[in-house]
Amino acid sequence: MVVIGGGPAGLAAALRARDCGVKRIVVLERADTLGGILEQCIHTGFGLHYFGEELSGPEYAHRFIELLQKTDITVMTDTMVIGIDKNRVVTAVSPEHGLMKIEAKAVVLAMGCRERPRGALAIAGSRPAGIMTAGTAQKYVNLDGYMPGKKVVILGSGDIGLIMARRMTLEGAEVKMVCELMPFSGGLTRNIVQCLDDFNIPLRLSCTVIKTHGRERLEGVTVANVNERFEVVPGTEEFVECDTLLLSVGLIPENELTKELGIALDSVTGGPIVDEMRQTEFEGVFACGNVLQVHDLVDYVTLEAQLAGEGAANYILGNNQAEKVYVRPECGLGVRYLVPQKINIKNHRDVKLYFRVNAIYKNARVVLEVDGTVISNKRKVKLAPGEMEDVLLKAEVLAAMREDSRVLVRVDV
Amino acid sequence: MAKEMTCVSCPLGCLLTVVFEDGKALSVTGNSCKRGIAYAETEMTNPTRMLTTTVKVRGGVLPVLPVKSDKPVPKSRMFECMRVINAVVLDAPVHIGDVVIKDILGTGIDVIATNDMTSV
Repeated sequence: MVVIGGGPAGLAAALRARDCGVKRIVVLERADTLGGILEQCIHTGFGLHYFGEELSGPEYAHRFIELLQKTDITVMTDTMVIGIDKNRVVTAVSPEHGLMKIEAKAVVLAMGCRERPRGALAIAGSRPAGIMTAGTAQKYVNLDGYMPGKKVVILGSGDIGLIMARRMTLEGAEVKMVCELMPFSGGLTRNIVQCLDDFNIPLRLSCTVIKTHGRERLEGVTVANVNERFEVVPGTEEFVECDTLLLSVGLIPENELTKELGIALDSVTGGPIVDEMRQTEFEGVFACGNVLQVHDLVDYVTLEAQLAGEGAANYILGNNQAEKVYVRPECGLGVRYLVPQKINIKNHRDVKLYFRVNAIYKNARVVLEVDGTVISNKRKVKLAPGEMEDVLLKAEVLAAMREDSRVLVRVDV
Repeated sequence: MAKEMTCVSCPLGCLLTVVFEDGKALSVTGNSCKRGIAYAETEMTNPTRMLTTTVKVRGGVLPVLPVKSDKPVPKSRMFECMRVINAVVLDAPVHIGDVVIKDILGTGIDVIATNDMTSV
């Protein structure tokens, strides 16, 4: 089994596959250390669901790295996968081993995601130094030990942007404001409280950066309010002096290898279409973590990766590979996507359906319907697009389903 | 008097309603667990937060090491703590869980390493 990516998803998938009896596992990691993005996420808040305690990113990763080191799982860092062919032969390069071809019975895709860059946004202005993604700034401050600027504006209120607002403030920078195009933040409420409110950093909703100023170094940005059609409201333009603009404007699953294999992607998640064991539409290829869907909490990445690891193990060992009958759960009102996109009704196990809502709902209900019958109806004080939700499809419900059964998840307002 | 606040104890972020008098919480509602009550009570009297940052390292594979306070730090003393932490330089190797600064500013709070740092 080949695991591509040694972040939280790859680590958990490899460990679970080992527990399920897979003998030869190799984890290929592009960076020179395991742990993925957790290594630079030095704030706490990781592990509350999985470990029942609040850990920092490196501490969370360390628990899995330690477990992995006690096994005979092969780890190759500094190793970049450059292709997978139709026979599941993985091609990788590393300074140490040169060009390698590894024949895999099963492949787990755990490449994570990357940040949407400035080039993907329509901001006028030249290309001075001082404009970078929030994650790049996070790496500079937390791993490389240097501050990328003194006066900061942050565009986008995703969690990384919020976390970096606090981090830069603690290190002595002046964070002038966080601008968010939407009328609500995409970050966790607790991060707005402890990263912005605690330091009196204003969060400007329905507001964006329309122009950057400066040639060699950023000298400021022009911000403006937008209307409900995201058009600039004339007269609201304002110059804000700053030397740094951080972008926290979305994450994109890194699926170049997946696409090369011709695997179908979900147009909403940007990740592959998978079944309940996270097998993609290419047999023997599984996906988990942020390459499959962008998560807010690493705890859910771990759970998802364990499913993929178990699925890959079953595939290699020939367990539960009997006839598969798939139903495709449907997104009802208010639901943007569902993962997994298909469920094998012959696999009688509890299946959690993960989803995001399309807007903020207060005192709403999450309804799961099978063939028109309400299976569960759970009240939620608040539903927000920034927070992943889940609903449980129990094994006994699944067992009673037919080939033409319809599963629907919707929000009842 | 009543006040609304978002509990930051975990990513759930429960919206709490705190009824208080003379700065003391009388009742807390909206919480999903008992940590919400504790949060509201300290938030009304002495708000605290976990402090996470980095410390300079000499001779390590990286120039800085991530650290955290082993208990929440009073919000009002965050920047004072940062000044103390930023003045420290450690020598590699350092192990995860090692105490980096003991009893910072006499608060009884230790600053501990949250990752390993091997030496070059």
